[in-house]
Amino acid sequence: MVLSAPPRSTPAPQSTKSAKSTALKPRRRIKSASRVDAFAPYMYIAPFFALFAVFGLFPTVFTFYVALFDWNPIGGQTFIGLDNFVTLYGDERFWNAMRNTFSIWILSTVPQLLLALFLAQLLNNARLKFANLFRMTMLVPYITSVVATTIVFASLFGRDYGLINSFLNFFGVESIDFAANTFASHIMVSTMVLWRWFGYNTLIYLAALQAIPKDIYEAAAIDGAGGFKQFFYVTIPSLRPVIIFTIIVSTIGGLQVFTEPLLLSAPGLTGGSGRQFQTLSLFMYEQGFGNFQFGYGSAIGVTLFALIVVFSVINYLLSRRITSDD
Amino acid sequence: MTTSTPDAVVTTAPRLRKRAFAGRVRWWTYAFLFASVAVSAFPLYWMFVVSTNDSAAVSQTPPTVVPGGNFFVLAEQVFTTVPFVQSLANSFVVAGSIAISQMILCTLAGFAFAKLEFRGRDPLFIIVLITMMVPTQLAVIPLYMIMSNLEWIDTLQALIVPGMASAFGIFWMRQHLSTVLNNELMQAARIDGCSTWQIYWRIAFPLVRSAGFVLGLLAFVTAWNDFLWPLIVIQSPENYTVQLAIKALQRQYFVDYGLAMSGSFLATIPLLILFIFVGRKMVAGVMDGAFKG
Repeated sequence: MVLSAPPRSTPAPQSTKSAKSTALKPRRRIKSASRVDAFAPYMYIAPFFALFAVFGLFPTVFTFYVALFDWNPIGGQTFIGLDNFVTLYGDERFWNAMRNTFSIWILSTVPQLLLALFLAQLLNNARLKFANLFRMTMLVPYITSVVATTIVFASLFGRDYGLINSFLNFFGVESIDFAANTFASHIMVSTMVLWRWFGYNTLIYLAALQAIPKDIYEAAAIDGAGGFKQFFYVTIPSLRPVIIFTIIVSTIGGLQVFTEPLLLSAPGLTGGSGRQFQTLSLFMYEQGFGNFQFGYGSAIGVTLFALIVVFSVINYLLSRRITSDD
Repeated sequence: MTTSTPDAVVTTAPRLRKRAFAGRVRWWTYAFLFASVAVSAFPLYWMFVVSTNDSAAVSQTPPTVVPGGNFFVLAEQVFTTVPFVQSLANSFVVAGSIAISQMILCTLAGFAFAKLEFRGRDPLFIIVLITMMVPTQLAVIPLYMIMSNLEWIDTLQALIVPGMASAFGIFWMRQHLSTVLNNELMQAARIDGCSTWQIYWRIAFPLVRSAGFVLGLLAFVTAWNDFLWPLIVIQSPENYTVQLAIKALQRQYFVDYGLAMSGSFLATIPLLILFIFVGRKMVAGVMDGAFKG
């Protein structure tokens, strides 16, 4: 009985704890077991913290350090202070990659989340038939790798034999060389991102929709609110935290788009002959592992990191203001 | 996500069962939803079409949109051009190890954070939450240096070890354990002389097996599809993962998509088969994660 006190109320110093268990069952094995027990929680969480320290935290911090050097893996390292950053922010290729990244991010995120919201609204009906079929097929793109996705869409968007251009030709529109044109190439990359993630976001919105109590809709209906009014005055406000969550996740993902532009520019790393679809992540890879400029590449990594932190903080402040409003 | 409740001591999650919205379903609802099914499935179908036709059939005007009989010709080329079987095996080893390890390590840490009292528990958990937001992909250059110092470049453990535990997994398992495992049950077990490890292994782990399985699935899919890190750290073809194998096919035959498409299709099949069996669980998992996220 002595041990039945709720573990939450007292953190029970380990000496009394082991004394008590000795009193109950005076055997050496139990005594040592409870001594182990005091350390058990730390042992259970240690693997994660050890792995994160070595392969997550240390590399992240070390990026800031490497960025201060002219660091070549074969040659050597020279401390150059902030020179990498000065060069970077004067580098037209960097601003080009920045523009491309944001363009692709907006072109993929905005239609994606609107589409997901729309589809989730359609799926949120208990009388809907084939509900499982709809939900499952929407998740198929998510299990398809980005590499496979890119190869299929590169073929669909192909200049000469692509299905999309065949379709356009059928309606008398001339073929578009998607990879050559800046805006068209951004549409192509964004379509790949959108395709892979819209179903995932639909399911997230659907889960949030199902959590809205039906009474609110009933009350709104009694007050004379129709379908559209209900959507804008009940659904959207209830979904705001989830919408912000999906926006920030899409932003973190959108700022790291890499595989699509890399495979589209194969065998090069420039994101098209005129760098028309090179993203920041690809630029970092090009500098780090194409040109072996570890310092310069790290400076790009630091900049991307800072961008993501800024966006996350904005998101946090926004979501806090919204929750306190409610 | 439902967890089976074998006996009275297990409390089900105190989840509010809301009556679902059930209005009349209009025809255009089905029209839009079937269109989205078509959009989701078509690229995979197209992958199959291209990998079963010769390049002439796909590049005629208008291109063929039905599967042909060329599947084994292209598949054979895939297997002879790159060590594809070896790549599949490598991917299974990497993704499988990560999935199993995440299931065990994240459940263990989630159990500690959900149900055990120890100094510094809450600050440590906040650190876990913060690490979820750290985009470690941006630190690949120093990570490469670490692997270089460990002499792990071009080895599979360079792919496995960094992914063995995840902050998201800990968060996810903690949420499940704190709703599913109640304190009375734990105290009863303690009175019976169970050590913390026995409580974890005999009581907590079986209770959240289902949630742990979903975590393992998501980890498997993520690892199977990972590309940037394998691209950096793996060099020799015998250590390729399937994603690198597809890229190797693409580099050699950029204009002719047949081979790369065939490789993509073959690399996606294992996940599609897996998905047929566990797709509903994954859907439930994604929706459940949203609840808690």
